Amino acid sequence: MRSLATTRRDVLKACLTAPWLAEAATPSRVIIARQPMVRTATGKPDSARVLNALDRALAACFSADSAAEAWRQVVRPGETVGLKVNCLAGRGASTRVALVEAICERLQQAGVPQRKIIIWDRLNSDLESAGFRIESRPERIRCLGNDALGYTSELAVYGQAGSLLSRAVTELCDVVINLPVLKDHGIAGVTLALKNAFGAIHNPNKYHINCGDPYVADVNMLEPIRRKVRLHICDAIVAQYEGGPSYMPQWAWPANALLVSRDPVALDFTGWRIIEEKRAEKGMPSLKDAHREPAYIATAADAAHRLGTNDPRRIQRVEV
Amino acid sequence: MSQLDSGGHFVQEAKFYEKLPHKKIKCKLCPRECVIDDRERGYCGARENRGGTYYTLVHSRVAIAHVDPIEKKPFFHFLPGSMAFSLATAGCNVNCKMCQNWEISQVRPEQVPAAYLPPDAAATAAKQEGCRAIAYTYSEPVIFAEYVLDTAEAGHTAGVRSVVVTGGYIQQEPLKKLCQRVDAIKVDLKGFTQKFYTEVVNGELKPVLDGLVTMRKLGMWTEIVYLVLPTLNDSDAEFQGAARWVRNELGLDVPLHFTRFHPEYLLKNLPITPLKTLERAKAIGDAEGLHYVYIGNVPGHPAENTYCPHCRRVVVERTGFLITGTHLHNGKCAYCQQKIAGVWL
Repeated sequence: MRSLATTRRDVLKACLTAPWLAEAATPSRVIIARQPMVRTATGKPDSARVLNALDRALAACFSADSAAEAWRQVVRPGETVGLKVNCLAGRGASTRVALVEAICERLQQAGVPQRKIIIWDRLNSDLESAGFRIESRPERIRCLGNDALGYTSELAVYGQAGSLLSRAVTELCDVVINLPVLKDHGIAGVTLALKNAFGAIHNPNKYHINCGDPYVADVNMLEPIRRKVRLHICDAIVAQYEGGPSYMPQWAWPANALLVSRDPVALDFTGWRIIEEKRAEKGMPSLKDAHREPAYIATAADAAHRLGTNDPRRIQRVEV
Repeated sequence: MSQLDSGGHFVQEAKFYEKLPHKKIKCKLCPRECVIDDRERGYCGARENRGGTYYTLVHSRVAIAHVDPIEKKPFFHFLPGSMAFSLATAGCNVNCKMCQNWEISQVRPEQVPAAYLPPDAAATAAKQEGCRAIAYTYSEPVIFAEYVLDTAEAGHTAGVRSVVVTGGYIQQEPLKKLCQRVDAIKVDLKGFTQKFYTEVVNGELKPVLDGLVTMRKLGMWTEIVYLVLPTLNDSDAEFQGAARWVRNELGLDVPLHFTRFHPEYLLKNLPITPLKTLERAKAIGDAEGLHYVYIGNVPGHPAENTYCPHCRRVVVERTGFLITGTHLHNGKCAYCQQKIAGVWL
């Protein structure tokens, strides 16, 4: 049976409008900004060092002379920016507040006023458990869950995915910066840039079957997720190679890095490799042998999705 | 065991699950057997792992409650002409692309308004509304099984019976528990191939069939609905397969309703089911010898009536959900005294 909801017209349209396609000739760049001693003796991230890593990563990602110049390529004047954090796992394995504060600082320096920045995830309680403070005053940087922001009433459909979308991504934000965490996922293999989009839909529980394939890719094709997510900054200050998405300290390690890319597939492929390397180092089976290889990453790169590349020959891994 | 969580939502430890190492759990309610990490939910969205303990989030959390004719469920052979106090929580353990109630079945509990209606209050409300039964319906009662069990018990104490309207995608142990507490079950047999269940339902056919056999073995009054979707489950082979299976495994007296589909949810591209298709399905069911084959969602069609399997005269006349005439006496045909299978007033 053909896909029930995707027409050839949808696929053609997706192919012609995919931002990645316009740059098909150039490799997708994944920046790995390492920052030793990024955490203080107490284990908390050092704000100055986080900011330093972020600046180096942004400048390298956009081949810019400065981070400020890079940010101006991410956000245009007047746009409202959504910061999609990943807060399911509490303070241990969620997007760190220090990273989000650093991004907010640079956005403001790039001319984005506080009232045009929204930090969001699924639930207010998730945000709070990760250390964020709920803020709904419109003149401030807002920080809210979908339970407060609400969802659209009309289904968005692509392939096997049919979901209501968070108003954060449909109505409130013009551009989304995706802020996942580098970690293992007990069902989907890994949860990185692509899977973080599950925080924008009302029914993520329906899309974990078959290791999330093709659902993760299909969700990323939903308008406006595909159109509005412009940049992916993966928090790998502390990463986790097993036991995710919950925080399991016995399987976490200080990777002391940020992964930054405009291509979510390339970022996911790179992050997946890093997790596999760590698993091998620790004597654990590969995710394929653990029956949870994240096949959705390849699906996201296929002809029906074209969300980015998973071809290592076309991924430029840059360490800064 | 129950508690109000920080959001004010009613939460209770689930009955059917197994604890695993590292705070994981395996759900044993439906055949999907979700293995769920801490702070995650199962496929149904209505159950959550909190620190290695699994909770239902929908006990007494009623997203919709309504008084319906029992024919709307549809039950045609169970207390016909009576009213059913019908209720549902959010959530479902499948994701049928033709779902008629997806706004409550395919959402998480906190995404829809809900009222707190504990079992005793549900039973009292049913009684006050003059209902002879509480119907667990609209979404999927399997995922709120604990609430069904408790409410059915409260209902029996109050003299109100309980009926379940389900896709039947449930493990044997919880099903047997349900059968001990409720009085009738209507199963949506959504198709008769695993291909259909994989592609349209996101579930499995075999556990549904196994469950139907268990229900009959346990003496449960059971009716079956087969929603006919143009091009997807409307072949002669599927109709015949379903009807023959019912005849061989459940018996001639189990009512089989072939009902009309209206475009909804993810299948808005399909037309409504042509009447000829439904009549073809009924003819196949009749040819297999089933005693009670109906056409549903076609108000005024003669195949809404119940016919005596012996003398073939009409014993219950219906138009839509309305009973317009009965020719039964003590559960027997008023004309030939043939026993008509069912639970009668």
